Parts: sequence; structure tokens; C-alpha cells
Amino acid sequence: MRLRVLPKGQVPDLVRALMADYRVWGPKAKGPQFAFEPLYDPAEMRLDYNISILSPKVALQPPQERVAVFRMDGGFTVEPVVEAEPTVIFGMHTCDLHALALLDRAFSADFPDAHYTERRQQALIVSIECLQPCDEHSFCKSMGTWTADSGYDLHLIDLGDAYAVYVGTEAGEALLAKYAPQARPAADAEVRRLNEVMSAKWPRFPHRLNFDAAELPALLATAYDHPIWTELGDRCLSCGSCTNVCPTCYCFNVIDSPELSLKEAVRLRRWDSCQLDEFARVASGENFREARAARQRHRMFRKGKWLYERFGELGCVGCGRCIRACLTHINIVDTFNAIHASQHRR
Amino acid sequence: MTDSLYAPRVARLADIRPMTELEKLFVVEFPDGSSLGHQPGQFVMLSIPGVGEAPISISSSPSRSNGHFELCVRRMGDVTGVLHRMKPGDFVGIRGPFGHGFPIEQMRGRDILFAPGGLGLAPLRSLINQVMDERGSFGRVIILYGAKRPAELLFRDELEQWAARDDVEFHVTVDRGDETWTGNVGVITTLFPKITVDPRNTVAVTCGPPIMYRFVLMEMLGKGIPETQIYLSLERRMKCGVSKCGHCQINHLYACKEGPVFTYAQIKNVPEAL
Repeated sequence: MRLRVLPKGQVPDLVRALMADYRVWGPKAKGPQFAFEPLYDPAEMRLDYNISILSPKVALQPPQERVAVFRMDGGFTVEPVVEAEPTVIFGMHTCDLHALALLDRAFSADFPDAHYTERRQQALIVSIECLQPCDEHSFCKSMGTWTADSGYDLHLIDLGDAYAVYVGTEAGEALLAKYAPQARPAADAEVRRLNEVMSAKWPRFPHRLNFDAAELPALLATAYDHPIWTELGDRCLSCGSCTNVCPTCYCFNVIDSPELSLKEAVRLRRWDSCQLDEFARVASGENFREARAARQRHRMFRKGKWLYERFGELGCVGCGRCIRACLTHINIVDTFNAIHASQHRR
Repeated sequence: MTDSLYAPRVARLADIRPMTELEKLFVVEFPDGSSLGHQPGQFVMLSIPGVGEAPISISSSPSRSNGHFELCVRRMGDVTGVLHRMKPGDFVGIRGPFGHGFPIEQMRGRDILFAPGGLGLAPLRSLINQVMDERGSFGRVIILYGAKRPAELLFRDELEQWAARDDVEFHVTVDRGDETWTGNVGVITTLFPKITVDPRNTVAVTCGPPIMYRFVLMEMLGKGIPETQIYLSLERRMKCGVSKCGHCQINHLYACKEGPVFTYAQIKNVPEAL
């Protein structure tokens, strides 16, 4: 792993230089919160953000995108639309980096999905180490996502007046050489400083899961009929906020929409949510997950068991977004802990 | 240009045959004459530009492809509503074939018991006709078919052919008869006492509404047919067909990928499946 040092004052120059050749996404202030959006001015970027409302998946799987255009003229023709451009996602936190690993697998498996994979191939990831938990809802330490040693092209760690920069890939090396030639190898004192910063980080992050996250799939295997699902179902409003903000939720709807001229129609892919009533309803009216309790269970099982079994990555990265977003305080950590507690009381 | 999983091929409606008040049979072909290349039990995603897309099981047997395939479609929603108003020569979009169909190779040499209910005959017909076309490589063929009313019976000409064959044991019933109906009246499970099977050598296949197949499965198990030899085709909401969109997920299984055809052994312990 190669290590460089980049003075903080040079980050705006780096971002500005990148903006000339790439669409650069970064965290920006949005009211009292933060959002990943394309940057138009390096000064907009807030690397001191705690957490973004939506995860940076928005840069790779936008909430709505065109996937095909139909042209109707007697018969019709279909033109696939794969919209990708050279992109840098700057300032991604490591929880979201781990989520990206899952999205990469999900969209590449079986039938590779060009809309995602093309964007992904053209995207460079500059992540940044969190030195504080974002708030009381983060449980990244429990999920093992509070740091990362791969998945990025460049990874920044705040040393005070400079960033330590881990170079993860050749593309990251090339990016640094071209756009931040001022970055230099770390001096011994800087390596010592880096070690101090990382050592000081560990105790600041609490463990919030009362058991090892690796036990989650096995724990949930015993909890399908747990009474907690009814309790969550009674509270859930089926609003879908939890899945919208989740960095590993990628379910979508496919919608065809005619232009006013009726000469053209677009096929759109739009985020969808397993929490919505009609998600599993078929044309005859049969709904295979009619109860809100069943839908909440479905979400939590996807996060803690099924995605892991399919892709080898847990579907929860401990970002806490679903907890913050829930209007009725449904809390995935409390849920997992409650199941664990009840299964170990016996 | 990069291709998209979600961009359909243009196909033509070569013929449209009315079947019942609600169902029509659509004969579909690709303008370049290429075949769909499907297995019995697979499905396609059928598009109507500007209207939408719906998963439709393939009703025709690969053994009778002749450059076209058949979709038996009930008029239910937006897409199927518009489809039912289309004329021969009109164009639709097709993606697929998708999914895991019936493992016909593992069925050869065995007796086959088909028990479709209502529109469940649509996917099963792809397998039934392949078995008919390769009749010599299968043992006994038993077909038990149930519909709500005589007017809802699908593929009536083929039902008559099956009934007339010496090498097919065919029984049909309706939940409620009418003035023209002289046959069996009762739900499909009332047909099971009419047949005997050699359970170890029998493969059983069903498809229909959940309220029907739950009881049919019990009858099949009651005949002693092993769980690994009972096949069921499941209906689910589908938006992608390629194991991405999440709609068809049944616990850890995707109906579009691991299914729509499952063995009873595969899904008996999967909640939400049956």
C-alpha cells in the first residue's frame, strides 16, 4: 500500500483540476444536513460532513434514469440508453465504500447490468476515513465497516493540516500524479502522526450490536417467526424512507412513459421499495407480502442474511441512515439486539 | 452502443386467437425469423411501447416453434388490456426467455401427472405439448385440468385431442357447470381419486392460483409422489426478469432466476412461497 501526503490547502486545486475532466460528486451542505451531489465549485465540498442523507449510490444508481427509448412510427424501434461519464466520487465514507462492494456484486452477477457497471467502470473513488462516529445511530464498528483497506482508488485520512493518502489502485496513482503532483511520499513523522490518529480513533467508536455481526445470518435463521416483526409491522407506515436512504438497497421499478407527441416513449428505471404495499402484488391481486410485518422482516432479512448468502457481503453496513429516517423509530440495531437477547435467554 | 438488459427486441403478432372472454392466444414472431430458443416453463417480459411491460409465461412447446412462440394472456391490467386490443401485424417488445423451466431431461422415461388449474394451463402447455411430441420417451401421461366454469376452459381444441388419445389419461372438471356441461363438476382435487399412480416413477407438475395449488400439492403428496418429483410454477410480480429488481423475491429465492419452476422440496420450507 503506497502512502502519500497532500497538504489540505491543495485539495481545492485537486478538485478543480478533476472537475475539468470528470463529473465530481462530493458531500455538500443541504440545510442542516449533507447530500452527495455534483460539485460546481470546490468550495462547496464539505469533507467534514458527518453523513449524507442519501448514500453516494445516487452517483451510480440514480433515483431515476432512462434505460431505453422507444420510437413509434407504425411499428417501433428500441434504442438502449446507457448513460455513463467519467466520474470521481470524492469524500465517500468507508461504510458506503463497503456498501459499494455489495452493489458491485449485485449488478455484475448473472446478468451484468450495463447501466450500473458502465458508470462504475468510469468512476474513481476517493474515500475518507471517519475519525468520529457520525452520531448516536452509527454502528459501523459493529459491522466492521468503520475503516477500509480496499475498494477505493485513493483514501484520505485527516492528519490536521494535511491528508495522508493511501493509494489503492493504479488508477488512483495516475489520478494523483496528474491532478495532485504536489502529493509527496509520507515522512517518518507523518507516518507516526497517522498511527496516532488511527489509534485515537478506535475508542471513539462504540460497539452497538451486542454480538458479532458475523453471527447475523445464523441468528436470523432462528428468528423468522419472532414476535418482534409484528411489533415493527404495527409501527411501520410503509413509507419506504428506510430503503431510499439505505446504501445497499438497489431494488427498482421499470416504468414506461410516453412523450406527449406519442411518437416516443422512454423506459425509466426508478428506485422502488419492498416496504410499499404493492411491491409483491401480482396482476390478479394476490399480494405475497401483504402484512407490514412481513415487509419489515423481508428488509431486515435481506440486510442480515439473504444478500450475504447470495453475494458474500452483509446487506447492512451500519451507517444508521434507516434509523434516522424512520418516522416511527424502527431501529435495526435494537431489532437485531432484541432478537439476540431473546434467543439467548432460553 | 452498449446494450441494455431492459431494451426489448421488436416482435410481431403473427396471429391472435380468441380463447375465452378474458384470454387470447398471441402468436409472436421476430421479424428476422429467429427463434426464441426457450425451454418449457420459461417466461418472457412483454412490452408495449409507452404502456409498460409484464411477465408472461410461454405457452408453446419448443418442439413446435417454427419460428414463432405463443403467449396465452388474460386481460388484467394496463399492458394486457392494450395487448388485447391489438391486431395481427402489430408490434410488441420481447425480452427473454428468462428463468428456470421444467427439467425435461430428468422427466424422460417417467410417468407424468399434469394438474393445471385455470390459467395455470398456459405455462404447463409448453411442457405438455413437448411431451406429446416426444410421447415415446415418456411413460404414462395423466392430465387433470380444472377451471371455474366451462366458458373458462383454455385450449379447448387441444383438450379434445388429449381426451381422444389412447395414450393420455385426461380428466377435466369445472367448479360450476352450466346447461351445456355434462362432465365432472367440482374442484380439481375431486379428480385425484380417479387416478392411480406409481409414485416412485411419477413426476407431477402443477400451476394455478395459490388457493388451488396448495390443495393439489397435498393430493400429490398423498399419492406418495416424492417431494423432489413435484414441480410447481410460481407467479410473482416481476420488473426486470434478471434477478435485480427484487420484486419476485421469495425469501432468499428469486422467482425469475431460481424459478419460476421449483420442486416442492425446494420451497416447502420457504415461507411466502406457497
